[in-house]
Amino acid sequence: MRTIRIGSGAGYSGDRIEPAVELAEKGDIDYLVFECLGERTVALAQQARLKNPEAGYDPLLEERMRAVLPLCAGKGIKIVTNMGAANPEAAAKKTAEIARALGLSSLKIAAIVGDDVLDACKQGDLPILEFEGSIKKLGNRIISANAYLGAGPMAEALSAGADVVITGRASDPALFLAPMIHAFGWAMDDWNLLGRGTVAGHLLECAGQITGGYFADPGYKDVAGLARLGFPIGEVGEDGSLVVTKVAGSGGAVTAQTCKEQLLYEVHDPTRYLQPDVVADFSQVEVEEIARNRVRITGGRGTACTGTLKVSVGYVDSFIGEGQISYAGPGALARGRLALEIVRERLQLTGVAASELRFDLIGVDSLHGPQVSAHANESYEVRVRVTGRTETLREAVRIGNEVETLYTNGPAGGGGAWKSAREVVAVASVLLPREQARPQVRFVEG
Amino acid sequence: MKLREIAHSRTGDKGNTSNISVIAYDPKDYPLLLAQVTAERVRAHFAGVVEGCVVRYELPRISALNFVMTETLGGGVTRSLALDAHGKSLSSALLDLEIEAPDNS
Repeated sequence: MRTIRIGSGAGYSGDRIEPAVELAEKGDIDYLVFECLGERTVALAQQARLKNPEAGYDPLLEERMRAVLPLCAGKGIKIVTNMGAANPEAAAKKTAEIARALGLSSLKIAAIVGDDVLDACKQGDLPILEFEGSIKKLGNRIISANAYLGAGPMAEALSAGADVVITGRASDPALFLAPMIHAFGWAMDDWNLLGRGTVAGHLLECAGQITGGYFADPGYKDVAGLARLGFPIGEVGEDGSLVVTKVAGSGGAVTAQTCKEQLLYEVHDPTRYLQPDVVADFSQVEVEEIARNRVRITGGRGTACTGTLKVSVGYVDSFIGEGQISYAGPGALARGRLALEIVRERLQLTGVAASELRFDLIGVDSLHGPQVSAHANESYEVRVRVTGRTETLREAVRIGNEVETLYTNGPAGGGGAWKSAREVVAVASVLLPREQARPQVRFVEG
Repeated sequence: MKLREIAHSRTGDKGNTSNISVIAYDPKDYPLLLAQVTAERVRAHFAGVVEGCVVRYELPRISALNFVMTETLGGGVTRSLALDAHGKSLSSALLDLEIEAPDNS
């Protein structure tokens, strides 16, 4: 049976770079995938592109490409990535420029365009999935609308000879599914194969999260070598069979436990994991350790895809102002509480216009609120944190100011005050009839 | 005993919804999870955190449960005022749940 080896070189935009180099050097891989595009990253990138037409792709694109292109070109490893963000063509041109500078001008580099569906979304009046109302409600606060494209266009680019495929918004598992469709010639309506490939893509897409990252809990789940965590390799067979492994000697571990945790990561109904190409069914998946750091995954299935694509709509939601200050030693908790009371009263007295406020004591109740945290012991130090949502930056600034002034006006011994105010670009989702997104493959001249 | 003694857990996020997996270390303990880690108990455990509903999905082949909790992430990861906007730390809180060990253990 034919098998391909796919390495996962990044689980988010800021991820470590050496593990990807290690995969290219020692992983004996055929494909290297970089998943770098968070939910709202496209909206932020679109803001950058509006200011500069040549911008709007992943800020680490250059560094990653310089690190892996020579190795990948030498070994014939194909790269697939969503580092194109809001501007895949500019990312492809930049990559071609880097390739030339490295003496690799024969590399074929493709961009996938067409995930930008802002115009189509503005013409319709699609209901928002997360809250009441339709897309019209967001008015001129909308920045971007990008459809989660499937694996088809990326597979097409690979079949046309691309060495590097750069897309914008695409479903994360589809970045991995594309090499499988290309290498094995899977039909786009063979739902069980696409379902199995989606299980593989889903397991691999967060890179270190399946090799021991986001997992260690000393005494219960110990993992060695997290500082040099190895990223995963999926060995995928043409029947969709999968073994997850990593480079021998790298840090971390691939175990049944790490695979089970990642299988359910960000999954809701496990029988219906909605993807652009298939509705995958994870409910019958089984996980088996067949050797050290080798886990076999079986039982993935799929059913026909739906008629719609999920679209992430980026919009300017509000502003958030924040201030923090610390108290320590005997009575730290009481002084922290007093500080919160003072700021609460000050925000009222001075008429700061906030639609939502939050008062936390970091080290006491900031993560899960006062009810869940009620039985914890008193800590030696606490950090006061006040945050609020406002309509303008000017109002947001006033929240942090009211924390900072605790230095000279608040309880004894307040130190390390810090404040910030920022615009919040948030994301809402809509469903768009799939035929309204028209993705295209564009090769750039090397 | 605490849930932590028999299960491990991971949190994921999508919009304003959090999902938490609870996975038995030993498949023999899966019936304990089924009987005692109910959607109702999880909702009560997260009082003040979960504003929506809790739905439980069962995955017997990997001895796991998946809890999906709506209206949990401060209005959504991308706009939340919370320090842990993703709710990544919720899995650790769930492992604090009390489990009654069966008499014959």
